[in-house]
Amino acid sequence: MAMAASIAVEGRCAQARMAPPSRLGDKAFEWLTLAMALVVVMLIILIGWQLWQGSSVAIRKFGFHFLTTSMWDPVAEQFGALPFIYGTLVSSLIALLIAVPLSIATAAYLTELAPLWIRQPLVSLIEMLAAIPSVILGLWGIFVMIPWLRDYLFPLLKRLFGWTPFFTGPIYGPSMLAGGIIIAIMILPIITSVSREILRSVPNLQREAAYALGATRWEATRIAVLSYAKKGLFGAVILGLGRALGETMAVTMVIGNTPQIALSVFKPGYTLASVIANEFTEATTDIYLQALFEIGLVLFGLTILVNLFAQLLLRTITTTSTTRAVQ
Amino acid sequence: MTKSYRSKILLGLTVAFGLTATASAQMMINGAGATFPYPIYSKWFDEYAKVDPSVRFNYQSIGSGGGQKQIMAQTVDFGASDGPMSDENLSKAPGKILHIPTVAGAVVMTYNLEGNPALKLDGETIADIFLGKVKKWNDPKIAASNPGIKLPDKEIVVVHRSDGSGTTFIFTDYLSKVSAEWKQKVGNNTSVNWPTGIGGKGNEGVSGQVKQTPNAIGYVELIYAIQNKMPYADVKNAAGQFVKPTLESVTAALGTANIPDDFRFSMTNAPGSNAYPIAGATWLLVYEQPKDPAKGKKLVEFLKWALTTGEGMAKDLNYAPLPDEIQQRVLKRIDEIKS
Repeated sequence: MAMAASIAVEGRCAQARMAPPSRLGDKAFEWLTLAMALVVVMLIILIGWQLWQGSSVAIRKFGFHFLTTSMWDPVAEQFGALPFIYGTLVSSLIALLIAVPLSIATAAYLTELAPLWIRQPLVSLIEMLAAIPSVILGLWGIFVMIPWLRDYLFPLLKRLFGWTPFFTGPIYGPSMLAGGIIIAIMILPIITSVSREILRSVPNLQREAAYALGATRWEATRIAVLSYAKKGLFGAVILGLGRALGETMAVTMVIGNTPQIALSVFKPGYTLASVIANEFTEATTDIYLQALFEIGLVLFGLTILVNLFAQLLLRTITTTSTTRAVQ
Repeated sequence: MTKSYRSKILLGLTVAFGLTATASAQMMINGAGATFPYPIYSKWFDEYAKVDPSVRFNYQSIGSGGGQKQIMAQTVDFGASDGPMSDENLSKAPGKILHIPTVAGAVVMTYNLEGNPALKLDGETIADIFLGKVKKWNDPKIAASNPGIKLPDKEIVVVHRSDGSGTTFIFTDYLSKVSAEWKQKVGNNTSVNWPTGIGGKGNEGVSGQVKQTPNAIGYVELIYAIQNKMPYADVKNAAGQFVKPTLESVTAALGTANIPDDFRFSMTNAPGSNAYPIAGATWLLVYEQPKDPAKGKKLVEFLKWALTTGEGMAKDLNYAPLPDEIQQRVLKRIDEIKS
């Protein structure tokens, strides 16, 4: 057997010496992956085109005003998306403010500090959080979270920070902040899991080098691990942000669904995804449907813009740090 | 989720038995639309399968807007809607569409007050609450109809539907009739530009939020208030009587409402001393000249059964049946379907 195999190998080597190896497989692989990649690109273009098609009449009718006015009146057929854009951005921002420190700290604990026996159960629990259906989280939000927020957390925030414009006004429960907290819970698992993978991929040499220089555990984690993994962690946050912008069901159930722009996070708000989910099925007139399609187009554009902005931000951060490192 | 699962199983079974069951080919009649009557429609389809095993119904409860669109596009054999179609939409359809009213339901004012007293409200006050003009529970306007009840000096938290719905259509239709200011400022649709309040998704969202928020008021379908054991107000009708929302008072409203021959009617604020004022019917939408005459014939048979035997099942599922006189008028109209 062994001899036969070695003869075969020798044979193949001889063949290879005689003629250049066929590149057909390589080429086919290249085309195949290119085609797959193009499918994704095509899909995005098609979605954009379809949304544009579906909203062409509304775009012509309302023009740029659609993005800058706040009136959403299906009876008078006046439509403006500004409160929804505001609500989407603010609820996602609140979610990131809560979820990012929590997730990265959790990931750092899991990779750097946690004893082995605690690590696996904790990881499973966090991953389980990702498996909870959105609508269940929403119901939990209405029946458990909101009463708790209304009776305990919100009054406390009002007492502590009531002097800022962000925590003023009457407390109902369903609010921009409640929406942000629900989104934070939903994006926590994804940011944590991705961050954990990234921190785990930081070479041990980094840590050892830091310890060798006399760094404490905190210094080693901060300088050698977190700083090294900055780019990857940023990517994890962007993934979470993408999910936050489009999150629909649970948010709709707790955000209060009122198209208004208010500084106070105790006031109810509304998001782009929520208004589509809420009103699409019962919209009977053409222009109303078109306006909802345009909301979809705005959400699509907003997601792309936010991602582009994040990419730019990432590039500035990484280039400044490399220049500093070089200097 | 379960529905698509079920339809997958059905599909699987159809494929599996396709070869053996070709002899008794079943006719499939497709419909789509309103969610409010879905429970009674599916009950009807189940029961009707025993009456005529040769047809099967497939109903997708995708919402009234979708129901109207699909019947206009002729992708379904019948549509269903919680509101009558507009003249504009009817003129766009490729043929004449008939409205067949089936059952009706009440929209009730539910609230969360300490001790849950039995409240009485009149239309103008409800409009003012939802306009944000009556802000506190001890407002003289509320107190006037509720002598002897101690109303708190607390802000009213208004809860409305955030999703487009037939319930909102009925409610805003009523408010537009009883308040000129509402009609002018807000108007009537499946969703409107609410002057005040927070939005809850679906009947369960509104009832959940009212139940969780002290001093809240909202509107839900009667069945949700009953199921959630929430209090609901007696409402003053056009005859000046405070009427409790029940299936009987809704059928009474149907009996006195002005119903034109095309059956595109609104039954809110109906006259008659027993009529509950915030109620609405739901309709099936069919073409006068069905595209497929064979299906049309079966559909007519089903409609006749539904309007007679089917109506008898309404009350068990908390829907108000049509009064006899209207049943007869609708049956006569069904005879006009050419098949």
